[in-house]
Amino acid sequence: MARKLSFKMAINEALDLEMRRDPSVILLGEDIVGGSGAPGEKDAWGGVLGVTKGLYAKHGNRLLDTPLSESAYIGAAVGAAACGMRPVAELMFLDFMGVCFDQILNQAAKFRYMFGGKATTPVVIRAMVGAGFRAAAQHSQMLTPMFTHVPGLKVVCPSNAYDAKGLLIQSIRDDDPVIFCEHKNLYGHEVDVPTEAYAIPFGEANVVRDGKDVTIVSYGLTVHRAMDAAAALSRQHGIEAEVIDLRTLSPIDWDTVIESVENTGRLVVVDEAHPRCSIATDVAAYVAQQAFGALKAAPQMVTAPHTPVPFSPTLEDLYIPTAEAIAGAVLRTVPHALAA
Amino acid sequence: MPEPTPSALSNNPIPLPKDQLLEAYRTMRTIRDFEERLHVEFAKGDIPGFVHLYAGEEACATGVMMHLTDIDRIASTHRGHGHCIAKGVDVGEMMAEIYGKETGSCRGKGGSMHIADLSKGMMGANGILGAGAPLICGAGLAAKFRGDGGVGITFFGDGAANQGTVLESMNLAAIWNLPVIFVIENNGYAEATSVTYATAVDSYVDRATGFGLPAVSVDGTDFFAVHKAAGDLIAKARGGGGPAVLECKMSRFFGHFEGDSQTYKAKGENEFNRANRDCLKIFADRVTAAGVVSEAEIALLDREVASLIDDAVTSAKAAPLPAARDLLSDVYVSY
Repeated sequence: MARKLSFKMAINEALDLEMRRDPSVILLGEDIVGGSGAPGEKDAWGGVLGVTKGLYAKHGNRLLDTPLSESAYIGAAVGAAACGMRPVAELMFLDFMGVCFDQILNQAAKFRYMFGGKATTPVVIRAMVGAGFRAAAQHSQMLTPMFTHVPGLKVVCPSNAYDAKGLLIQSIRDDDPVIFCEHKNLYGHEVDVPTEAYAIPFGEANVVRDGKDVTIVSYGLTVHRAMDAAAALSRQHGIEAEVIDLRTLSPIDWDTVIESVENTGRLVVVDEAHPRCSIATDVAAYVAQQAFGALKAAPQMVTAPHTPVPFSPTLEDLYIPTAEAIAGAVLRTVPHALAA
Repeated sequence: MPEPTPSALSNNPIPLPKDQLLEAYRTMRTIRDFEERLHVEFAKGDIPGFVHLYAGEEACATGVMMHLTDIDRIASTHRGHGHCIAKGVDVGEMMAEIYGKETGSCRGKGGSMHIADLSKGMMGANGILGAGAPLICGAGLAAKFRGDGGVGITFFGDGAANQGTVLESMNLAAIWNLPVIFVIENNGYAEATSVTYATAVDSYVDRATGFGLPAVSVDGTDFFAVHKAAGDLIAKARGGGGPAVLECKMSRFFGHFEGDSQTYKAKGENEFNRANRDCLKIFADRVTAAGVVSEAEIALLDREVASLIDDAVTSAKAAPLPAARDLLSDVYVSY
């Protein structure tokens, strides 16, 4: 049975279901219970934005509030995973990778290869990503490319509540370390979500809109902007864009992207990350190499600029790729005859 | 490891039964010979990369590890051969790993700094200083959730004792009352920099006190001192009594890595340490003087270990190299 559920509550539900199913699943992070040791309510916060609210009442001490020591508790999650647990650690904001990256880069990501295939590290690190929250330069970044660059890590970034639930369940059941990126501006977004548990396999992109004229590839929040752009292009120019939501960035579903470009002959990649060495450059380069003959125009990229995320709403709104910018990029790929 | 019964210790000034003494000597001798042999083989140029030798510090790994079984986890360091051997990792596989061979502990993909055997509770030597401390908190957390009575031990040097990861982990272990022991192997040098320069407090015991952790500092050249202190702290942690810090003060007989000119050491320092701070010599003198172990028994162990190391080197040299396909395998469980 499905009902409308927010992105935030879909994550909460996925955690709840997996904790019921598997006693080795534990949660740790800063204020994921909230109020530990304080005189007020024990389950005061349930995460800084309430994503884990109510889980303490259901699962008690399998949720652990941590000190503000990201290296220690992310590392503890990695170590516990190597010892047979399935920890889900919340890093709060992915920007905080700066204080604990060694445990992700040199420990979790390396164990299996470095130990000759003898280690399994099923840890999930959940964190908020993305701009638009007026949270400025250190709480707003889309750092997905930093993680896709690292062999041994899987990187997930859902665009809606249905995918968030299914991909988080898959992340917890997966035997490799997973960086699970939650766009904070999607937390309130609702779609139909089944009540039961289901897993969405990694490496399977979702074609969220069919179209014959151009392929728009994106992930996370900007999938919605790409859909807005596609609707406007159809209405105003009769251009039918195919929109692909990658859902997972490592592994990435190259087949779906290539198949689409071979049909449309045009590619626009939309990425909230910075332009250099990004998901956008990765997809554009791969398509140029693998489907050069199918391309009718140079691939276009729509990304955040090569700047930190600004605070002032006026500037931040200019920072995030807009539907208008995406539509503009599409028009650059289309011959005047078709655009007319 | 069962505690010795009073009867077994009667008329015996040595606080351990004979089988454990022989086991301790065999382990320390194995580590020493492994490292001395690597020193020789490395100089020949047959070993890729670089190695960090544990010679001089054997009593620490051995005295701690004799209290552990395979359910107990350890997180080691770049200077990890001694920890591996004392935790029961196969010496032949270790040697093959250091030679970069397919038959190595990590199939030739880890090398000296990353030898691991999770089936033995050995969570890996580690090229990142201080990285084992958070990991061992996770091992302790897992043991606590499972209620299996396991403990976690992280080893690190006086240098890595200054890493934030170590300090964060001491606090985390304390507030969660984890069954974890932090073992500081204080050999006086962080690479080439003296502990007196790099560490603001005179004693790591004082630092542990700052985290509310009980701490003991022992002469790391005295196996019996390490064994006793580690035994007490591990038994307490295993029983739910929480984490602790153990500092072992000792000397490394070689440089930071093989090829280190060691010009930062005082003239004659290594010679002095080998003559006066050799944990193997101190141990052997004590048990033979007490008449508990004979010189002939020591000599027999020496011969057995020498043969074991010979075989390990011969096998490692003859072992196959990894196949080209191994470059791409085991990045993920599935991808």
